[in-house]
This record gives sequence, C-alpha cells and structure tokens, in this order.
Amino acid sequence: MTHEFIMAGFGGQGVMLMGQLMSYAGMFDGKHVSWMPSYGPEMRGGTANCSVVVSDQPVASPVVTEPTCAVVMNAPSLDKFAPTVVPGGCLLINSSLVTADPGRDDVKVFKVPANEIANELGNSRVANMVMLGAVAKATGAVPMERVEEALAKKMPARHKHLLDTNLEALRRGAACVE
Amino acid sequence: MGETILMKGNEAVAEAAIRGGCRFFFGYPITPQSEVPEYMSRRLHEVGGVFLQAESEVAAINMVYGASGAGARVMTSSSSPGISLKMEGISYIAAAELPCVIVNMVRGGPGLGTIQPAQSDYFQATKGGGHGDYHLIVFAPQSVQEMVDMTIEAFDVADKYRNPVMILADGLIGQMMEPVVFPDGEDRPNTEKPWATVGMGDRAERNIVTSMDLNAEAMEEINWRIQEKYDKITKEMLRYETLDTEDADLILVAYGSSARIALNAMSKARENGYKVGLVRPQTVWPFPYEVIKDLANQAKAFLTVEMSMGQLIEDVKLAAGETPVYHFGRCGGVIHSPAEVYEKIEEILNGGGAAK
Repeated sequence: MTHEFIMAGFGGQGVMLMGQLMSYAGMFDGKHVSWMPSYGPEMRGGTANCSVVVSDQPVASPVVTEPTCAVVMNAPSLDKFAPTVVPGGCLLINSSLVTADPGRDDVKVFKVPANEIANELGNSRVANMVMLGAVAKATGAVPMERVEEALAKKMPARHKHLLDTNLEALRRGAACVE
Repeated sequence: MGETILMKGNEAVAEAAIRGGCRFFFGYPITPQSEVPEYMSRRLHEVGGVFLQAESEVAAINMVYGASGAGARVMTSSSSPGISLKMEGISYIAAAELPCVIVNMVRGGPGLGTIQPAQSDYFQATKGGGHGDYHLIVFAPQSVQEMVDMTIEAFDVADKYRNPVMILADGLIGQMMEPVVFPDGEDRPNTEKPWATVGMGDRAERNIVTSMDLNAEAMEEINWRIQEKYDKITKEMLRYETLDTEDADLILVAYGSSARIALNAMSKARENGYKVGLVRPQTVWPFPYEVIKDLANQAKAFLTVEMSMGQLIEDVKLAAGETPVYHFGRCGGVIHSPAEVYEKIEEILNGGGAAK
C-alpha cells in the first residue's frame, strides 16, 4: 500500500510541519517515507505545499502529482489540487476557510472545521494538528499513536507545555471523520 | 549502525562530510543548497573545524585550493550558477592534483535560470567544465541515504587519487527529507599527505603545489601523468546498478532523482506487460559505457530519462552502436512525472517517436 499526499495551504498554516509529522509517524511505524517541499520564491501569505509518500515499498518518486489524498487548508489549494486526486482517493478540506464545492463525486470528501476547532482549544495555531488528526484517521496511513509519538518526539523542549493542546487537536480532528 | 533519522538532503550531505573527516568548508549561499553552509556553520566548530562564508564563489573555491594544498579535508558546495563561477578554480585544483569534495545541487538553467531541480549540468560535471584536459570523479546519488554514503567515501577517494570529487545531486535531493542512517564510530581520519605544503620540516626538498609549468614539454608530461591516473580511475571507480535488464526490450538509462521517477514509470510498464529495464549510473564519470554496449546487443532500444534537453543521451549513444536511443526530458526546473515517462515508454514500444 502506498499513500501519496499533497498538503497545501497558506505559508504560516503549518502544512510543511503537518507533512513532516506524517513522515515521522510513518517512519516510526516502519514504513518507507519521503517528504518533499514545493519550494520557490516564497513569500509570507503565499501558498505552500509538500508531497509526502508513506509506503510499504521503497519510495520511487518523492514528487506527488496524482495524490491518493489531498489536504487543502485554503481556497487556492482546493482549486489547484482537488482535480489531481486519483478516483477513490480522499480530499480533506479545511471548511473553516474553504466553502467552495470541490466538484468531485468520485473521491471521499471530508470537511474539517480546523480553525474553529483550534480556536475552541484556545490556540488558533493548532489548526494544522486538527487537520493532521483527521488525515491520519481518514486514510489509515499511520496509526494515531504513531502521530502522537512523532509529535511528542519532535516538539522542541521549549514548546513542551503546548504538547497537550496539540494532542487534543489531533484527537478532535480524528473525531471529525468518524 | 546508528539510529534512523529523518533528514533533509542538504543537511545530510553536510553531516556526511563531517563523518568523512571534512574539517574545512568554504562556500557562498545559493538556493537550493543554502542549508549546506547553514548546517556547516553550526556544526563544524563543534569538531574543531573551520567554516567560512567567502565573499564569492570564486574566493571560496580558491580557499578550497589553499586548504587542500596544506593537506586538509575540505569541501565546498553550491548550485549551478555558483558552480560555473568555481570552474576556473576547479580546473586549477585538478591540474595541481589536489583532493577535495564539491557538491552541486543542480538547479534549472541556463543563466541564472531558476531555483527548482534540474540535471542540465551533466556536461559541465562529466566533460570538464573548466579549461584543459581534466576529469572530476562524479558521484550521482539518487537518495538522501546514497548521498550520505557516497559523501563519506568521497573524501577517501579524493585523497587516494589526489583528484577533486563532485557530488552531483539536484534541488530535489537537497530539499527532500528521507530516513537516513549514519555509521557509528569515529569520523574518517585524514590520510598521510607527504606532498602537502606545510613547511620544510625534516625534508630536504620543497613541496610545490602548482597548476602551472611554462615549459610546454613539462606541461605535456603532467598531462600524460594525469591521464594515466584517469585510466586507473576509470577501471577502479565505476559504479552502476541494473534492474530487470535481462529480458528487457527497452532499457531506460537515468541517474539521480530522474532514476527514481523512471523507476515508477518502469514498474507501471512491467505491470502492463512491457519488458522494460533500467541502467542507473551511480558514477557519471567514469561512465558505464561497456554495460550499455553489452546491453545494446540484446535490447531493441534505449531511453534516457533526464531533467535536461539531452546530455546523458550523448554518452549512451557513444556506447549503443546501432541500437536506437530515445530521450525524454523536462528542463528549466520542471520535474517530469512518472505518467509522462510511461507515455513515452508506450510510444516507443508501440513503434512511435523518433530516436535522436
């Protein structure tokens, strides 16, 4: 089984970190993984995305062009990546910021109000972790414990006091796709 | 072996250099390799080394010349336009027979080009680039792990042959993160360098490191000597990998990140009943001409897959004889998709397309 993700949003929404944590979680789960950022002359507020592959097989191309799962955190990313998802794949949409119809009835669509949930948790910056929880649950690419492990291991010591909020964000996100 | 960690290519190549015994780094930032000097600036002083951000690429490569002449294990890194600036110095280093490691995280060209991945510096890396008859030993890793292994080894190889070694990767391998394992144990030790210019000591004669001899006959002698060394390197340093070539009608030839994308396309072709194989040069100088030559007797055609308008293809054609050689490539920073490579495979095996 090979999961190929594109995670996309505004710069600052944490899509790169979301992808890295998915990669770490896959690696801790014994899978082959790769993470590849789209990089260019980026600017604050511009769009950013990364390709992540989590697979039982060695990763051939790390560049994802036909994702099995696209994660869109903002409206421009929906326009760009919703059409690229393979039929039968899944599309996770941050419904707090994206209201447009994805126009796909051949993929599983999950709407996750990531910013609203983050605000309920008292920290708007954990919207990406809400979404990551939803992605892990919706795709089954990695067990939730591995995502939690990745988060705990990779969070810098100076941010450890934020760990519980982030873990709660993961769980709330996962709950959205029950 | 140590634990598996997830690491960005640019940081991994820098760490690998330190494990290979590198203690001096001179460079100048340029996307997509700026994490290399950034990492070195943080890490080298911890092992008693020297990091110096030079005022330019030209200055950096001449600092490499100086450090290497004094016997140090030294590295520089850059990306395409920056590597072009270093070419005069690289030619001098090759002529003076000094060991060093040069990393090129290739980006789209020509000119200032773009900052996305490309493989369009193949000619420059394998056919000279600077002036004069010289060669670099050129490793072409396809993954972060392979780049780590090659880089650690590169310092020993450079010392052994007293020749500059290039790690030819690209923005994709530099920017991506993959799991990687570093070997346990001490960093590789520097080798004895009795030729280094470190003062007379007990020696009776001066050591001289130079790339110049104004006596034409003497300069020709130097060329002959270096050429003999290249013959030896050609025999001893060739590295390549073949995959499913035994029964293949069509053999893909690709190196570095392109080989990974070619492999995706090849797997799909095999699933659909096409007999496709892959030759992946791990060194692009020396190049596996004999391997291609042997396979040319059996295969119906070759297809080079490269992020350039067609450079690798020239080496394949030198060895392929009468067997047709096709080319597929994107360039300028565009990475080809497995799907478009697959389409090209189908087209060739169904009798379409023109060989170059």
